[in-house]
Amino acid sequence: MNKYLSFFRLRFVNGLQYRAAALAGIATQFTWGALEILMFKAFYTVDPDAFPMAFPALVSYVWMQQAFLTLYMTWYLENEIFDSIRNGNIAYELCRPIGLYNMWFTRSMANRLSRAVLRCMPILIVAAFFPEPYGLSLPRDSKAFVWFLITMVLAFIVVVAFCMLVYIVTFYTISPMGVRMVAVAGVEFFSGAIIPLPFLPNNIQRIFELLPFASMQNVPLRTYTGDLSGRGLYIAILLQVIWSVILIITGKRLMAKALQKVVIQGG
Amino acid sequence: MIQVEHINKTFKVARRNPGMSEALKTLFHKRYDSVRALDNVSFTIEDGEMVGYIGPNGAGKSSTIKILSGILTPDDGRCLINGRTPWKNRIEHVRDIGVVFGQRSQLWWDVPVIDSFELLRDIYGITEHKFRENLNELVILLNLQEIIKTPARQLSLGQRMRCEIAASLLHSPGILFLDEPTIGLDAVSKIAVRNFILDLNKKHKTTVILTTHDMQDIEALTKRVILIGRGKILMDGNLEDMKKQFGGYKKLILKYSGKGLNLCEGMHMLSNDYSRDEKEQVVNGHAIIELDLDTIQVSEAIARLSSQADLTDISVSGDSIDEVVVKLYKQYEI
Repeated sequence: MNKYLSFFRLRFVNGLQYRAAALAGIATQFTWGALEILMFKAFYTVDPDAFPMAFPALVSYVWMQQAFLTLYMTWYLENEIFDSIRNGNIAYELCRPIGLYNMWFTRSMANRLSRAVLRCMPILIVAAFFPEPYGLSLPRDSKAFVWFLITMVLAFIVVVAFCMLVYIVTFYTISPMGVRMVAVAGVEFFSGAIIPLPFLPNNIQRIFELLPFASMQNVPLRTYTGDLSGRGLYIAILLQVIWSVILIITGKRLMAKALQKVVIQGG
Repeated sequence: MIQVEHINKTFKVARRNPGMSEALKTLFHKRYDSVRALDNVSFTIEDGEMVGYIGPNGAGKSSTIKILSGILTPDDGRCLINGRTPWKNRIEHVRDIGVVFGQRSQLWWDVPVIDSFELLRDIYGITEHKFRENLNELVILLNLQEIIKTPARQLSLGQRMRCEIAASLLHSPGILFLDEPTIGLDAVSKIAVRNFILDLNKKHKTTVILTTHDMQDIEALTKRVILIGRGKILMDGNLEDMKKQFGGYKKLILKYSGKGLNLCEGMHMLSNDYSRDEKEQVVNGHAIIELDLDTIQVSEAIARLSSQADLTDISVSGDSIDEVVVKLYKQYEI
């Protein structure tokens, strides 16, 4: 366990170095969040009853999403991992007494967390001071907040486990471009990154909610805004656990298979 | 102890002719050729041995190293290293080995080298005491005092290579694989690395397997040489024997003055520049003569030549190891 912690620490410290990138990220996320909220505002003005979520809840959804963007966006993949597969630097990683799957999992978590730590605070604090109804509101009660934390961790695991599959497929395709485009574009839509899942027609929403993508940001963000609670929440958490397990087991199996036939590229 | 028996490995390589239409064709039908990287490779290496593994580019050297270090799975064949099959018990196996790939880096690019070392300490679970001890030893022997506080990206190639070697030895492995460790190094760094490897082998009885194109590495480090070409082991033997077999020639370089040189059987004039002094009937010259040691001894040749002229300067040089290897490659047609 010590080795994973140490690995996590180095990766984490490494990630904290990129201050300029964090600043740029914060600026982008403010702009993006504001645009999204203004767009929805236009819809809500026309007919506030046509939507399944109250406007302040939607606003919180958007701000939380922007604050924790690097935790949940599947397009946030690590080029270093793709490169190491492409050019064969993976050779050194395979020379270590440590499982490659666990190592990459730890690494992805550390990377995403270090970025999120740098970015979330400014966004959360500033958004909280925006005037009603454009500001970030607190969760309904402390219980909702605890549930939010739990679902946040689970969603994080599902996202990383899913990204692991993208990395592993690269062992077979060598070039990551195709897989990335398809996986990323699809997941954006299915996970509620573009529009929250409750905004979709009911039948489609019911199917989407069973998919692993719904176990990503959809659950914690809706738990925070109070849109998801009670029985629906418990089912969502159960699905999160099931999908984490399935994704991790699939990833480990595929990885073991890939390593059997891996060819270290280049000299 | 390393036992390798009948290892085979074939790679599939996608090939196509140049050009747009060819590129479009491969969209629908890809042609693969299989390349036999390793063909029935077998050898045994005892504990504490230093072995040079040589062969021309693309002979299968790196593939062998990759199989031995557990990162490549061969098609068939057996390999036991300290009783374990590398690709089946990868994680246990790699605890015992250190690997340096001369063309890659294991150091974290943006952080000081010491941070990479400490990460390796945790990954291998090296105790703090053992880590300090090994680190101190490596720092002194490889002269790293200043270097280890610098980020890897700001090191020169020679400095980085010394750090790479140190990084591979922190967990005191019993076996060290070096895949072209002196590639791109200057003379000083090369000699430092060689001396270090020699010391390591003497002091810790570390088994060393070394692939290189630099024959001076081989000459300085190893007694035993394994030659591989087109995936086959062609020769496995003593470096001295190899030299004798292929290096039965010596060169005599001499300055002389006298009547001129009269060569006998076994001597072959490679070049001869001279000026004639008409008044005294003497020739002053500079000659390079090749001797075939099967027909004539060096002492005999010198005696013969000195009876014909005054030898003002003389030097004898053997066939260089590079020439030996060229002859070797030629003989095996690789």
